[in-house]
Amino acid sequence: MTYQMDGWQSPTLGEELARTGVKRRDFLKYCSWLAGIFAAGPALLNSDKAVAAEVIAETLESQEKPVVVWLQLQECTGCVESALRSGGTTVEEVVLRLLSVEYQEAVMWASGDGANAALKEANEKPHILVVNGSIPVGDDGIYCTIGGESAETVLRDAAKNAVAILAVGACSVWGGVQASYPNPTSARGVGDIIKDKPIVNVAGCPPIGEVITATVAYYLTHGTIPKLDAEGRPLFAYDQRIHDSCPRRAHFDAGQYVRYFDDEGARNGWCLYEVGCKGPSTFSACPIIQWNMHTSWPIGAGHPCIGCTEKEFFDKFTPFYQTLPNVGGLGIEATAEKVGWGLLGATVAGVGVHAGLTAIRHAAGKRAAEKAEPLAAFGDGKVLLPDPKRATGKAADEPEAAPKRAAEAGESEE
Amino acid sequence: MAKIVVDPITRIEGHLRIELESEGGVILKDKAWSETTQFRGLETILQGRDPRDAWAFVGRICGVCTSVHAIASITAVENAIGSNVPTQAKNIRQIMLEAQEIQDHVIHFYHLHALDFVDPASAIEADPQAAVDFAKTIGSTWKGNTLERMTAVKDTVKALVESGQLSIFSGGYIGHPAYKLPPEANLMAVAHYLDALEFQRSMIRIVTTFGGKNPHPNFLVGGMACTIDPEHSESINQVQLDQVSKWIDETLEFVEGCYLPDALAIVGVYKEYFDIGASSPNFIATGLSGTAIGGNPKDAAIGENNFKPGVVYDMNLGGVEDFDADLVEEWATSAWYTYAGGDVGVKPLAGETVPTPAIVPRPPYAMSEEDAASGKKFLNESEQDKYTWCKAPRYNGKPVQVGPLARLIVGYARGHAEIKEIVDYALSTLGITAAQLNSTAGRALARCAESVISARELKNYTFPKFVAALQGGDIDVFDASKWDPETWAAQCSGYAFVEVARGNLSHWVNIENGKITNYQCVVPTTWLAGGRDAQGQIGPYEHSLAGDGKHPLVDPTKPVEVLRTIHSFDPCMSCAVHVLDADGVEVQAVVS
Repeated sequence: MTYQMDGWQSPTLGEELARTGVKRRDFLKYCSWLAGIFAAGPALLNSDKAVAAEVIAETLESQEKPVVVWLQLQECTGCVESALRSGGTTVEEVVLRLLSVEYQEAVMWASGDGANAALKEANEKPHILVVNGSIPVGDDGIYCTIGGESAETVLRDAAKNAVAILAVGACSVWGGVQASYPNPTSARGVGDIIKDKPIVNVAGCPPIGEVITATVAYYLTHGTIPKLDAEGRPLFAYDQRIHDSCPRRAHFDAGQYVRYFDDEGARNGWCLYEVGCKGPSTFSACPIIQWNMHTSWPIGAGHPCIGCTEKEFFDKFTPFYQTLPNVGGLGIEATAEKVGWGLLGATVAGVGVHAGLTAIRHAAGKRAAEKAEPLAAFGDGKVLLPDPKRATGKAADEPEAAPKRAAEAGESEE
Repeated sequence: MAKIVVDPITRIEGHLRIELESEGGVILKDKAWSETTQFRGLETILQGRDPRDAWAFVGRICGVCTSVHAIASITAVENAIGSNVPTQAKNIRQIMLEAQEIQDHVIHFYHLHALDFVDPASAIEADPQAAVDFAKTIGSTWKGNTLERMTAVKDTVKALVESGQLSIFSGGYIGHPAYKLPPEANLMAVAHYLDALEFQRSMIRIVTTFGGKNPHPNFLVGGMACTIDPEHSESINQVQLDQVSKWIDETLEFVEGCYLPDALAIVGVYKEYFDIGASSPNFIATGLSGTAIGGNPKDAAIGENNFKPGVVYDMNLGGVEDFDADLVEEWATSAWYTYAGGDVGVKPLAGETVPTPAIVPRPPYAMSEEDAASGKKFLNESEQDKYTWCKAPRYNGKPVQVGPLARLIVGYARGHAEIKEIVDYALSTLGITAAQLNSTAGRALARCAESVISARELKNYTFPKFVAALQGGDIDVFDASKWDPETWAAQCSGYAFVEVARGNLSHWVNIENGKITNYQCVVPTTWLAGGRDAQGQIGPYEHSLAGDGKHPLVDPTKPVEVLRTIHSFDPCMSCAVHVLDADGVEVQAVVS
C-alpha cells in the first residue's frame, strides 16, 4: 500500500499537506469525491444532509496520524487486494497516508519476532482495528493460528485498546464462505466474538476498495463511525438496494429480461432477474460506485448479482442462478413506480432501510411451498423457492400469497 | 544447535509457520519444517450444491490469485457435463488469466518480495540524481525515472524515518547487514514500489472489463456472462476493446521497461542466491501460464504458441517426459489427517482421509526455546509428529516444483522459442548456468521472465486473436445447450488443469443428479508447501531451506535469508489447505 510509505512530520494533516506541496484545491476536489461517496444514497433524497467538501477538508486537516492494526484471520486476502485497488488520485494517497499501519501481514516488512513485537506494541496504544477474515472457534482454535496463537486470541488482544473496529469483508462480518453449511471449522464473525465495542461491518466479498478506504476516512473525518443499518453496515455505501439503483431497472419494470446468457436480451443489457440476479435483495452501492475505478460492475458485465454484501449469501442465495421469489412489479410499470415511491418515502422518513421491503408485492406461488427449497429474499430469513423450471421457463406473473417474514414488520433498528 | 520459529511469515497470502534448526549461521540439513496453520474446508461446503455455483465458492479460496480457482472450476464442470464452450469465451478467459498472472507477479516482486532485498530506510542517503542514473545503467526505460519523482520519494521516506512512526516498517530490518543495494538503488526500488501499485490498479481493469469486478470477478459454466457485440452499447464493443488495448500496452511497457531491469539488477547484486535455495530438481508444467485444459493434459491438443505438458527430472533439460495425471499421489505423513490404509500415497481419484483434530496441538504454540521450557509445544516436537494442514503431493513418487520456474524449465526443454530466447538472454546477462536457476534468485528471475513472455503473448497473440475473431463476426460466448441440469448424465465427472501464477492447479468434480458429490483441488502451494512423505523425502519449501545444510541464517531474530527463499515460491497458504467432506472423509475425485 502506498500510504505506509509516507513520512509524517507535521502535527496535522493540513500542515502535512502544505509541507508536501499538495494544493488545497486538489485536496478539496478529493474531499468532494469523498462527500459524493458518503452521500451516495441519501443525498439524492435529502441533499442538506450531504457532507460538504469544505467541512470534510477542515476535519481531515486537523487530524493526527492514528495507529492501525490490520488483522487477517481465516480468509483469502481478497479484501486487502481490494483495498490496494482503491481509488487512483494522488490526493487520495496523501489522505490515506494519515495512517500508521503498524501491523498488516500482507505488506509489512518484518516477519516472526519482529512482526509479533510490532503487533504487541501497537495493541498497547489506542488504535483503529481492521479485521479481515473469520474466527474459527472449533476444536480450541486449531484451524487458524498466527504467531502461535489462535485467531480468537489474536483478535481479543487486538480489540482491547481499539477505538474503532472495522470488520471488512464477508468473513469478518459473518464468517464468510467457510461459515457456509456445514461450517466445518465453526467460523464466526468479529461481532460474534467482540461484544463490548461498536463494530462497523464493511460487507462484501470483497467490499469495493473505495468503500473500505472511505470507511476509514469517514471515521477520521467525523471522529465517529458512520451511521449504520440494522446489519451494522455504513449507510453511505449500503443504504440502497442494487435493484433500486440499477441502470437496468427500467428493463425490469418494462418486463425485458435476459432469458438465457448471451441471448439478444443479454446483448441489449436487459434485466438479469430471471437468470438469478439477487440485486432486489442486496444492499450495496455497486451500481453507484462501481468497481476498479468505475470500469464496470458485475451486472454491467452481464452476470447476475450474487448478493455478496448480505449475510449467509452462499446459503441463502444459492443456487445462484435460481430466480428470486417475491419481487414485484413484473412487467407492470405502474406497480413498479408505486414500489419505488414507497421505498423513497420510507427512506426520507428515516425509517430503517429494511422497512421499505413492506412495499414489495410478494409473488411466490403455491408450487414454491410444495418444493420447499430454502432461499432467502431480502436477506431476512427463509422464504420458499419457486420451481426452477417455472423460473427459467415462464415469467412469474401469477402473484400468490407468500409466507410472512419478520422483515415485513418494518421496524427501524436504529 | 538452536530451534528457531518464524511465525508469522509475512508478505505472503495466508498463514505459514516455519520451524528450523540452525547452528553456526546456517540451517542444518533436513532441519526445516513447513507448517500451514490455517484450514477452511471449502470443498466440504460444496457437497450437494449446484455445480454451476461451485466457481463462486472455490473462487474465494484465494483473493490474491483471484479468478484462477473459478476458471479451474468451470473448466472441470464443463469437462464433466460435456459443455462445448465457444472459442471467444475461451479467448476471454485466457486474456483474464494472463492479465491476472502478470498483475500477481508484479505485486509479488515489488510488494511481497522486494523488502527482502531493498532497505527503504537507506534511500534517505541517496542522491536522487544518482537514482535516476542508476536506473539508466540497469537499462530501465520506465517513465517514472525522473529527478522530480526520485526527489519526492526520497523526501517521503525521509519524513517517515524521521517521524518515528514507521507504519509497515515497524519491527523491520533497517540496517541489517544482509542488505547490499547502494542507497540510489534502494531509492529507485522504493519509487518503483509505489509506481507498481498504481500500475496494478490500472491494468487489472482488463479483468474487470470482462468479469465485472476484481478481486473475485464473475464467471459462468458454459462460457462467459459478458456479451461481446460491436453493434450494441450494452455489450463489450470497440469502446472497451480500445481501453483493454491501452491497458495491455501499459502492461508491456511496465513489465519490459521497469520490472525486468529491476529484477535483473536485484538478482545481479544478490548473485550468491543463485547458489542458495535449490529445491527439488523435478518440475511439472502443463503449458504456458494461462493454459486451461479440461480433461487429461496427456491427450490435450497443444495450443498455438504453447508447449506440450511435460515433466523434467533431475534438471535434465534434454530429457523431458510427457505429463501423466495418473502419476499424482498425495501423502498425509506429516499432515493432520489419517489414511484408513495406513501411511501410503493416494491418488486424488481415490482420495480418502480422516482428519484428526484430536492429534493437532492446541494453541498457543512455542515460539522460542524459552516458551518450550515453560511447557508450550513446538509443532514438531519429534520427527514422528505431524505438523501441518497441508498434504504432500508427489509426482511419480517425487517431490516436484511447480510455478514460473517449472514452466520455464519444461518449456525450455520442449524448445519453446520465446522461453528459450528470454532464458538464454538472462543466463548470458548474469553469467550463470541453467542449473543455477533452481535457486532462490532463479525463482524470482523466472517469475519476471515469465511476466515478460505473458505480456508479449497477451499483446501480440491472445488479444489480437480475440479481436480478429470478433471482427470476423464471432460473438458467441455461451453454450446454452448444457445449461439445464436435465441435459447432463445422471452421473458424470470431470477435471481441469490450469497453469496459474503460482503453478499447476487442478480441480476435480464428481456430479450426481445435478449435484456435487465430490470436489477436490490440487493446488500449486500444496505441491510446494507440503511436508515430509513416508519415504522421508522433505517437501520443496523444506528442501530449499534445509536441502544441503548450507542455507545462511545469520540472525535468527531477523531471518531475512529465510524470507528471501520462502518468498521466492510466492506462497499462497489459503490455496494450500486440503479437502474434507461433511463426514470428515476426504473427498474422492472421480474421473470418467
